[in-house]
Amino acid sequence: MGLDVAFWILAVVGVAAALAVVLLGDVFRAALSLVLCFLAVAGIYITLSADFLAVVQILVYVGAISVLIILAIMLTREVQRGSPSNRLRIPAFLVAALFLGGIVYALVNTNWQISSAPPLEPTTPAIAGLLFGEGGFILPVEIAPILLLAAIIGAIVLVREK
Amino acid sequence: MVGLEHYLILAAVLFAIGLYGALAKRNAIIILMSIELMLNAVNIAMVAFSRYIVPLQLTGQIFAIFVMVVAAAEVAVGLAIIIAIYRHRKTIDATKIDLMKW
Repeated sequence: MGLDVAFWILAVVGVAAALAVVLLGDVFRAALSLVLCFLAVAGIYITLSADFLAVVQILVYVGAISVLIILAIMLTREVQRGSPSNRLRIPAFLVAALFLGGIVYALVNTNWQISSAPPLEPTTPAIAGLLFGEGGFILPVEIAPILLLAAIIGAIVLVREK
Repeated sequence: MVGLEHYLILAAVLFAIGLYGALAKRNAIIILMSIELMLNAVNIAMVAFSRYIVPLQLTGQIFAIFVMVVAAAEVAVGLAIIIAIYRHRKTIDATKIDLMKW
């Protein structure tokens, strides 16, 4: 019962914040509502009993990515011009609405095989076992730092003064 | 009783909002923020699948972690590209960045 209430509150807050990101005219306020949306998503993870993922969401998205985005907004001084739409606003809205309709139709008409097992808690040891253990995801774990290193070097090269 | 469908519909709504923002906005930073919204929506869907279909395997949560890694890399490179473009052209209006348009 408490989970249901939490889900509905977080869903409403998350969707309202996401709408604010695309509808607000002020870029800086849009970035702040993006932070609120990330926080709501972290709460959604908690209602799904994904505790480790909720903490990672707060650390990575709320802590790092939003700071990067706000820094970029300040560096580009585009705040005065606001966040206007381009000529494709109505077609884009139609595409998004059609996409949403199609997805919801498919979801509602699919017969999901829901397992009745209770969720695993806490998830951190299980995730560690899957990521680093035998027969787990060790190869993607090794590739991920290479991707991050390439991204960091690429970002430094791109923004360096010539 | 909140179930799998509720989470999937929430994810679809967030994804559609992000899709609208990515297609309809002119400010490149807002476009990047919309892409982040879409990645978050996909993460919600994957964690919900993990919770309701295979609650003891956690594969969806592992996928969500890798999506976060890629999102972090993408936002770093994307913002670096936006700042480099701003330095050269004094604008980040996506409709005016058309150097590669034939």
